[in-house]
Amino acid sequence: MKLKYFAWIKEIVGKDEEDMDIPTDIKTLSDLINWLILKDDSFNKVFKNRKLVKAAVDLELQDYSYNIENAKEIAFFPPVTGG
Amino acid sequence: MIKIQKEDFDISNELNAINILSDDIGSIVSFIGKVRPDDNLISMTLECYKTMAVKEIEKIINEARHRWDLITTTVVHRYGKLYPGDNIVLIITASKHRIHSIEANQFIIDYLKTEVPIWKNEEYSNHKEWVNEKKSDIISKKKW
Repeated sequence: MKLKYFAWIKEIVGKDEEDMDIPTDIKTLSDLINWLILKDDSFNKVFKNRKLVKAAVDLELQDYSYNIENAKEIAFFPPVTGG
Repeated sequence: MIKIQKEDFDISNELNAINILSDDIGSIVSFIGKVRPDDNLISMTLECYKTMAVKEIEKIINEARHRWDLITTTVVHRYGKLYPGDNIVLIITASKHRIHSIEANQFIIDYLKTEVPIWKNEEYSNHKEWVNEKKSDIISKKKW
């Protein structure tokens, strides 16, 4: 699974993307986030206020309860500010 | 047409491309968003999740076409390092009657500002900061 990070999240994680082998017991975005926090302390900072982090699964914005078992690409980013 | 690009756009070229598309066009509305020369702003770097941004802009245009009678639309959004006065975004809407292109143009920019994964990082003389989402943008979108 490919994970992508944008804006201040990318700066905290220290990379813009990475390929990751996700354990099979991880079913939802929420599971993934909890696993990332345990794995790497920088994610603790990223997800300190989860309302400030949006998640897209295969280019579609999803809630944290969304099932990611078949996901290819997951992106984490703050609320958008383009235009 | 949707373009996400680093380079600047030329509004004359984009308007010419629209003009030759159809003989039915009675109204063309263009909006350009620029880097505002706020106090002490040195530059603004726009970061973009390009594949998703294209998809989100497609959705917005489809919704605009559903609500208004549009002949064609163009959205060009830049990314990379920009300076005060530089162009950021171009939205052109064309229709037979003006109300459709006027309202659709405003709808597209209001939705783009809150839905499309693009982020601004402002550089000042002593620091850089990520721009936060604005409540006024969310309110502007809700009116549609």
